[in-house]
Formats: sequence, structure tokens, C-alpha cells
Amino acid sequence: MSVLVLTLIILVGSYFAGLLGSLTGLGGGVVIIPLLTLLLNVDIHYAIGASLVSVIATSSGSAAAYVKEGITNIRLGMFLEIATTAGAMVGALIAVYIPTHYIAILFGVILILSAIMSLKKKAEVINQEHSALADKLKLNSTFPTNNGSVDYKVKNVGGGFFMMMFAGTISGLLGIGSGALKVLAMDTIMRIPFKVSTTTSNFMIGVTAAASAVVYLQRGYIDPGLSMPVAIGVLLGALSGSKILVHTSSSGWLRWVFAVVVTFLASQMIYNGFTGKI
Amino acid sequence: MNHKFKDTDMQAVIGWILRAGVLISMSVVFIGGVLYLYRHGQSHVDYSTFKGVPDFVHSAGGILNGIFTGRGRAIIQAGIILLIATPIIRVVFSAIGFVLEKDYMYLGITLLVLLIIMASMLSGHAG
Repeated sequence: MSVLVLTLIILVGSYFAGLLGSLTGLGGGVVIIPLLTLLLNVDIHYAIGASLVSVIATSSGSAAAYVKEGITNIRLGMFLEIATTAGAMVGALIAVYIPTHYIAILFGVILILSAIMSLKKKAEVINQEHSALADKLKLNSTFPTNNGSVDYKVKNVGGGFFMMMFAGTISGLLGIGSGALKVLAMDTIMRIPFKVSTTTSNFMIGVTAAASAVVYLQRGYIDPGLSMPVAIGVLLGALSGSKILVHTSSSGWLRWVFAVVVTFLASQMIYNGFTGKI
Repeated sequence: MNHKFKDTDMQAVIGWILRAGVLISMSVVFIGGVLYLYRHGQSHVDYSTFKGVPDFVHSAGGILNGIFTGRGRAIIQAGIILLIATPIIRVVFSAIGFVLEKDYMYLGITLLVLLIIMASMLSGHAG
């Protein structure tokens, strides 16, 4: 395939990956890697490198907006980044020693988990229980709503920290933001309000991805010819997604469509992993 | 009151750095991309087996040299390195912010994150 044709295909594919990823909150990486490996027969190492680059672009772009609105809990993000960056470093380092078909299978499993997570109904509970560690680390904060600012308290700091380490390792190993795992850690374990956990997760994704990208860059996983259309496409798609999101109130059906697409891609990745095609 | 003011100050600076970083790095990637397509649009590529990346985009010297000789992929790679640096620069500025706020516990936490990223950089080099 010529460079021009391949670049255009990847550009269009990445645009839609970024669009869907931003509308559903799953991130663009989860579609990019199957697109490159299954459809375009790109080696999974290059796919992971390119996806990681796009993850940094989108998360930094959207984090900029959220941080200014004052929803992101910067201290909580900073503290948990210890866990995610350490995990990301470990993930990137062990990725070299894991056979690619295992990586493909693991990717499929994480993808299905993320799809299920994106379908779950979120009930908003504001936790007011004190935790000694959260008090000491000044993690409790407020966030702006239509009815003024709301106070919330953080629970189970140790459990959340441990889960973040796992999320970081997966991110480093697979080249995705693993936003679903980060939100799981903050929502379910630490009882943080949904709006805060999604924006703070986004805030951490860039740094987490950077911690493993510095390894991949030196290992030659990040190819400029591939990363260029992936990063530009996903970023533009995510930008359009955030514009649409403001104008539509219900994206319920979209989540379902995306969950089905993702599950299909995930099973393809698992199948190809088992048959050794990846 | 004073403390609160500085927190929002830090948010503004962080937001600005992230936005500027993405804008600048992606512009560089775009320029490099146009140049790459112009020069190599009709070439054949194959990414089906992992071969690493060409030498001229793998070292700082090679990339710099490539930028001055107008090689698209070297310019793209420079943009990607700027993009990867963006969240790291954000962490550095958070550290400065915590110094200004006299929040030394969080200064320590932020420096620890920087240390981990540095260790990651060095371990990647060794492998």
C-alpha cells in the first residue's frame, strides 16, 4: 500500500475512533489498535505506540478545559499519579517480554470489561464520611454544579491507589488510557462523584501515557509515519465529539452501538491472539 | 482566601500549558506530515513486521539533522516528543505551584512522580 493511501485510511479511521471514544468516554485507543492490527495488518507494537501518542493528545486537550472549570481534583490526581506512572513504567518494561498474542488476548479482555463498564448506570452519591488518610492528604474537595459548589469526601485511599497501579500497568502494556479502570477505582472504591472522577482520570491519563511513551520511544515502537495520522485523526475526532456532547442530551443508544462494536473487535482480537495471527 | 486564590491560579496555568503544548506539538506533527506525504506519498510501506524505526528518527542527533534537511518524519517525531513532554512539563509546573502555595507534602508527591518518569526514561534506554 502506498504511504498516501495508508495515511488517508488511518486518518479517517482515527477520526471516527476519536469521535466514538469521546462520545462514550472509552477513549480512542480502544478502537485504534484493532483498526491497525486487524484491518491494516500493522504489527501490534507499532499500533500500541501510535495509540499511546493519540491518548496523550486527546487527554491533554480535554484536560485543559476541565482543569479551568475547576472540576478536576488536582491533588487527588497528583497523588494517584504516583501509582499510575509507576504502573505504566512496569507495564512498558514487561511488554517487551510478553509474546504479542498474549497482549492481543489481554487487550480483548480489557476491551470487553470497558464496554460493560460504559453501559452501567451511574448513581451519583456524594460521600461525606471522613477517612483519616484522605484528610491527611487533603484529598477532600468541592466541585461546581448548577446549584453551587458541592463538598465531597474521599474514601478508601489505599484500595484506590492499588487499583490505580493496576490501571497504570494496563495502560503501559496495551497503549490505551485505561480510563475505564481509573474511573472504576475512583467511583466504586474511593466514592468520588462521577463528574470529578471522569475529569480527574482524564487529567492523569496524559502523564501515565507519557511515563510509558518514554520507554516506547526509545524502543522504536513509535513510528512517525503511523503516529502522525493516528494522533491528528483521533484528536480531531475527539474535538468533534466534545462539540456534539454539548448539544445532545441523551447518548444512550450510542453507548449500546459502541459497546457492540467494541465487543466485536475485542472477540476478534482474542480469536486472532489464540490462533497466533497477531 | 489567599490559599484558594492560588489553587485557581495553578489551574489556569496548567490549563494553559496543556492547551499550548497540544497546539504546538500537533502543528509540528502536521507540518512534518505534509512534508512526508509530499516526498514519500507514492512510496510503498509495510508495517506488518516490527523493525523498530529508521535511524534518523531514533536519536536526538538524527532528528535534529533531519529537521534541518527538511525530512518530514524527523519533524513529525520532534512534534511527538513535544507532545509526550507536554504532560511532563505540566507536572514540573505543578511542582512550582506547590512551592508557591508552600504545600511541601504535595511538592514531595509531585517530585516523586517526576522521579518515576525519569527512572522510566532511563530504564527504557537500557533495554
